[in-house]
Formats: sequence, C-alpha cells, structure tokens
Amino acid sequence: MTDVLQDKRPSVQPSGPLVSVQGMSKYFDVSPPFLTRVLQGRPRRALRAVDDVSFDIPHGSTFSLVGESGCGKSTVARLLVGLYQPTQGEIYFDGSAVSQLKTRRHLADFQRRIQIIFQDPYASLNPRWRVRDIIAEPVRTHRLLPEGAALRKRVAELLDHVGFSNKDGEKYPHEFSGGQRQRISIARALAGDPEFLVCDEPTSALDVSVQAQILNLMKDLQKELGLTYLFISHDLAVVSHISDYLGVMYLGRLVESGTASDIFNDPQHPYTRMLLDAIPDLEMSGRKRIPVAGEVPSPMAPPAGCHFHPRCPFADARCREEIPGITESKNVRVRCHAVEEGRLTPEVLAEAAAART
Amino acid sequence: MMAQTDSSETPLLEVLNLRVEFPTRRGTLVAVDDISFDIKPGEVLGVVGESGAGKSLTGTAVINLLEPPGRIAGGEVRLKGQRIDNLPQEKLRHIRGRQIGMVFQDPLTSLNPLYTVGYQLEETIRTHMNMSEGQARKRGIELLSEVGISAPQDRIDQYPHQFSGGMRQRIVIALAVCANPSLIIADEPTTALDVSIQAQIIDLLKRLCHEQGTAVMLITHDMGVIAETADRVAVMYAGRLAEVGPVQNVIKQPYHPYTKGLMGAIPTVGQKLERLTQIDGAMPRLTEIPSGCAFHPRCPKAFDRCDTERPDPIAVEESKVACWLYDDARVLSGETEQ
Ligand SMILES: Nc1ncnc2c1ncn2[C@@H]1O[C@H](COP(=O)(O)OP(=O)(O)OP(=O)(O)O)[C@@H](O)[C@H]1O
Ligand SMILES: Nc1ncnc2c1ncn2[C@@H]1O[C@H](COP(=O)(O)OP(=O)(O)OP(=O)(O)O)[C@@H](O)[C@H]1O
Ligand code: SF4
Ligand code: SF4
Ligand SMILES: [Mg+2]
Ligand SMILES: [Mg+2]
Repeated sequence: MTDVLQDKRPSVQPSGPLVSVQGMSKYFDVSPPFLTRVLQGRPRRALRAVDDVSFDIPHGSTFSLVGESGCGKSTVARLLVGLYQPTQGEIYFDGSAVSQLKTRRHLADFQRRIQIIFQDPYASLNPRWRVRDIIAEPVRTHRLLPEGAALRKRVAELLDHVGFSNKDGEKYPHEFSGGQRQRISIARALAGDPEFLVCDEPTSALDVSVQAQILNLMKDLQKELGLTYLFISHDLAVVSHISDYLGVMYLGRLVESGTASDIFNDPQHPYTRMLLDAIPDLEMSGRKRIPVAGEVPSPMAPPAGCHFHPRCPFADARCREEIPGITESKNVRVRCHAVEEGRLTPEVLAEAAAART
Repeated sequence: MMAQTDSSETPLLEVLNLRVEFPTRRGTLVAVDDISFDIKPGEVLGVVGESGAGKSLTGTAVINLLEPPGRIAGGEVRLKGQRIDNLPQEKLRHIRGRQIGMVFQDPLTSLNPLYTVGYQLEETIRTHMNMSEGQARKRGIELLSEVGISAPQDRIDQYPHQFSGGMRQRIVIALAVCANPSLIIADEPTTALDVSIQAQIIDLLKRLCHEQGTAVMLITHDMGVIAETADRVAVMYAGRLAEVGPVQNVIKQPYHPYTKGLMGAIPTVGQKLERLTQIDGAMPRLTEIPSGCAFHPRCPKAFDRCDTERPDPIAVEESKVACWLYDDARVLSGETEQ
C-alpha cells in the first residue's frame, strides 16, 4: 500500500505543489455506547466525514474549500495540520509524506511551518494568559527569537498587523469581543512565520470592515512572504475575492475542483451550480434567490452512488448506483456522470433552471 | 397571549438610554452609551456595527447577563411594558428561558460538552413547557430537523463535539427557540453557516415572527442576512447608536457617514478587486473615545462642530441619525446633498 503511494510521491521541486492530498479519507466511529449496542442489538456505525479526497495547492496560492455545513471542511483542515490521522490516503507537504515524518526535529519543523486558525476563536485561546503571551507562544515554542526586546517588538508588530495597539497585549481574552478574539488568533497563527496557513472560517466572526482589513492583510502577506493558504468559508463572495483555486465538497467528497475563476464563471457540477444560485442578493434587485433544493442527507447513511442524486435534477439509474469518478471538463475536475457523459447540454440546463423557478 | 392584529404599535421590547460600564483600575469604561431602541412583536431588528462596537454587550444587557464587573449603569429595559432590568435574578431566570431565547455568539457556552444534545434539548423543553419525556424528545427531534440537521433521530443522542461547527450553531438555535419565547436575541446566529442553511434558519426565524408574533433582535455583521431578514436596522459605533431605520434605507441610502463606509467594504461575488475598501483608521479603544461625535477622527465629512458637540439621534425621514450633517438647519438648506 505504502509502496504504491510512494511511487506517486512528487519529486522535491520548488515548482511542485506545497501541499498535495491524495486519496485522503477520515472515518469517525459514531457507534452507540457499548451497552446500548449489546442491549438493543444496534450495530457499530462509522461516519465518513472525508471520503477519498485529492487536491494540490501550489506554492504561494490560495485554495478554498466550500460546501454546506457538515460536508467535511473542518475535518480536512484538521487532517492537514496533523490534528487527525487520515483513515486512508496520504498528505505530502513540500514533497514529503507527512505520515513518514518520524523524528522529533522533522515534526517540530512541520508544526511550525503549518499553522491553523480555528473556526471557533473562543475555544482556542487560553483564558488565563495575557494576549501578548498567547501571541508569543509559537515564537517561544519554536525558539525563533530570544526573550526580551526582539520578542516584544515582534508581538507589537503582530498586534499592529491585526489592528490592535501594543497596550491591548496586556489584556485577557475575555476582555475582547468575538471579532477581536478572532484577530488575536490570527496574530498568533502568524507569529511562527508559517509557510502554510489553514484558515477555517477566519473572517466569519468579523464585521465587513475588519474582514476587509484581514483579507487585505492576508493578501499582502502572501505577496511579501509567499504564504500558501487553505481557506474555508461559507461566504462565497469572500471566497471569490481571495481564491486562486477552489474545491467544492459534498458529504465528504470533493465533487469539483479547479481554478476559482473557472468554477465561478462556468460551474460544471450540478451541486456547484445550485450553490452559486443560492448566493444572497445584497443589491435587493429582486433576483430570486434559489435555495439549494432538498435536504442534506445524513452523513451516517449517505445515498448510494453519487451522494447528490436525491437532490439532483439530472440523476438517472447510473447515478443511483455507481460512484462517479473524476472527469476533466473545461479545465475543472468534476465527479459527475452527467458531465462525463456530456448530458448537460445548454438546453437541458435551461430546462432544469426553468423548472426550478 | 400575544395581541395578534393591532401589534403594530406597542413595542415588545423597549430599551431606553441604556448604559453599560466596566469599572477598572484605570477608570470606568463605557461600553454601551445611551442607547435607545424598540422592537415590535413580529419584527426583526438587525444590529450591525464594527467588531467591538458593543453589539453583544447590548444583547447581554437586555437579558441582564453581563459578566461582572460589567454592569448596567443607567437606562431601562422593558419587556411587554414591564421593567426587567431591575428584577431579581430568580425572576429573570424564568423570563429568560420562557419569554426570551438567547443565541450567544459563542455556541459552546450554551452547550454542555458532557451531555448529549438530546438530553439538553429535552431538559430545556421540560423546564419551560408542560410536556412528558416522550413529547419533549419528539419536539427535540422536530426542532433539529427544522434547523436542518438531517436524520435527527440518529444524531440526537450524540455529544456536541461530534457535530460540525455549523451544526453546533444550529443546535444552539434550536435550544433558544424550543420554549416558544416571545423575544429571541440572536448574536451572530448564522456566521458559520453556508447560504442554503442560512436561508433555512432565516426562514425559521421569519416563520416564528409571522406565525407567533415573535420579535427578533438579530446581531450580525452579515449584510446579506440583514438585507433578507431585518425590518429595521440599528448601526452601532463605539458603544453608541449611529443610525437606526428601515432596512432599505440603511442598506441602499445610508445617511450616516459611518454606515456609508460600512456598506463600501462588502465584497460581491465575481468581483476580484485588488483591495476592498476599508474605512481608514480603527474604531477607538474604549479608554480613548473621541470628544464630540465618536466617529469624527475617521469621518470624511467631519466639520468644526463634530469634535466638540456630541450629536443626538436626529429624525431623518423614517430613520434616526446621530450626525450633525442632519441637524435641521443643514438639512433644510440642502447642504447634505452629495
Ligand atoms: N469583560 C470586559 N472587560 C473590559 N472590556 C470589555 C469586556 N467585555 C467586552 N469589553 C469591551 O466592550 C466592547 C464591546 O464588546 P462587544 O462584545 O459588545 O462587541 P461586539 O460589537 O459584539 O463585537 P464583535 O462583532 O466583535 O462580536 C469591546 O471593545 C470589548 O473589548
Ligand atoms: N470528532 C468527531 N466525531 C464524530 N463525528 C464528527 C467528528 N468531527 C466531525 N464529525 C462529523 O463529520 C462531519 C463533517 O464535519 P466537519 O466539522 O468537517 O464539517 P464542516 O464542513 O466543517 O461543517 P461546518 O461548515 O458546519 O463547520 C459532520 O457530520 C460531523 O458531525
Ligand atoms: S452524478 Fe448524477 S446525480 Fe450526481 S451530480 Fe452528476 S448527474 Fe447528478
Ligand atoms: S457628526 Fe460629524 S464627524 Fe460625526 S459622522 Fe456626522 S459629519 Fe462625521
Ligand atoms: Mg467547520
Ligand atoms: Mg459580539
């Protein structure tokens, strides 16, 4: 097994992707407690939070993951930073298989080069530490700067980057509002000079003007330092603003991936089309926002074949049985039988759109 | 209980000159300063404003759950005409679960990691409503499905950590609405939710407003959600109310210079700008609130009067705007046009 994966391993070239994910899956055991299982004769159950996902993130670019709540985005994020071990598949960072990093030194190096900003800013800040110590922590852990003036200067610089004054470093997390705490966690993530930053909903707790400030900061840092981002957001406007590449997830599977402009301009997968149609209308132009039809099925018992078939206007018998493989279509990679078969002609699409409104 | 038809006039919630302070060693911080607004039955009031503007504190002050040393230092809060800001905690606790449902910005504070989601829902339902265990469980499952958790009967016995971030947020919403409160205070209820689930939550809130006359105070920075949900919008800046008015006005033709800046910072799909507009500068720290109009150091329209006199809310059409540009004399002479 490992041998097969080793063969696919990209050679170490600066032009290769910084991050490469190949056939990655994560299953959670969500069985009822042992006693219930025995007494009520209920079976063990697994939840496939991430199912055979592959993508590459080139150096210095931004790859965004989108998809409905519960589709597995945060689980991918946690897998990438090593908080979960994949059930299957491999992650390559800068050409090395992450599961093969065994020595302490390699692991410590990996942990410094990859940082994560969590979806929940509350849980991730130690309430008993002053903000300046929270931000200095990665610098101290990885001994990047000596204690004293240099470290103080670095912390002040980071505070300033995210819009705080040096005095705010004296305070504790509870003295800040929700959005302010999120900015603290961004400053902390930046402190260790990471190369790859995983941002799980980094701006969803922020108001638009601070959001603009943070997104601009992220872009500036990318330009200056060549940072690579995995960006997770449910806000498609933000995603379209910041992304070079885009991946669309549905119930644990990556159903469409490619450059962000290709997907936003000409989405191929029926689910992506629906997702883009559901964007709320700020112009209040009266455009009917078409909600994504149907319910998200349970990830504990996903529909057979293509998981999307119960909600898909183009589903046929094959869709209900066979898992779609990856097809290249107009520059993007899509998992859909209809796309592969060339069934989604403009006429068919127009008809379906008319039927929905 | 609720008057069904002539609900248009009497507000369900009235907040009058509310002031929230934090005494500190270095002096008193005023985090919410002289704020007044009301919400009618069946109405959604959106509350927006920059991070740290005091939105969450206003929400927690209304239900008197400020964490010490924070305290209400002035003003009144009335629910159905009755003052609730000075009630003893015992009485308040009952009002909170039964009459006011609260969705906190941090979903984890409302969920106990040690109990299953089902247990927490059933407990809340049975504390406030006269239901058997079986009925409460049935209602819990219904509510989970209403907030878009699929196969709720399979998931109700799981623990909070087994749900995704957005799912936890929705479970908290289910907890807040489960006792049919007459007022829901929802602090960033849809931040981590994608558009389709957002739409479902918005529909749920709107349905509660229509069918049961529930009033909603919706705190969010998401203007898309505001545009679709709110009837009126209050814009906060540095603990004060900058502007309050009907949603179309605030979004499409804001009066206050701060609101105008806020609207310019919103990215739209398909537009990959080099940079988003930012309002230059940052919101002042609570220790350094500028004199006069708190926005004047950042305001492109500031003039001599702004740094000395604090503007009170001025009625402009259906809105109230705290800005000297709309002082009667100027409005009449047409100087504000631009
Ligand atoms: N315990 C406290 N001690 C001192 N200051 C506090 C405390 N809690 C809140 N504040 C301050 O009060 C101000 C308002 O906080 P609040 O949480 O209401 O902001 P918000 O408008 O909800 O912001 P966000 O959009 O970021 O959630 C902030 O500047 C915050 O730093
Ligand atoms: N530790 C866990 N144990 C069991 N199930 C889990 C665990 N973590 C996540 N899951 C499940 O895996 C699925 C994917 O969760 P994940 O947090 O990755 O979703 P997400 O795409 O980030 O959603 P959101 O947008 O709501 O944050 C969900 O059904 C969730 O309930
Ligand atoms: S594979 Fe079939 S069901 Fe799935 S998205 Fe394509 S057409 Fe629809
Ligand atoms: S009062 Fe003056 S400073 Fe304040 S918003 Fe109006 S014009 Fe600007
Ligand atoms: Mg998540
Ligand atoms: Mg808040």
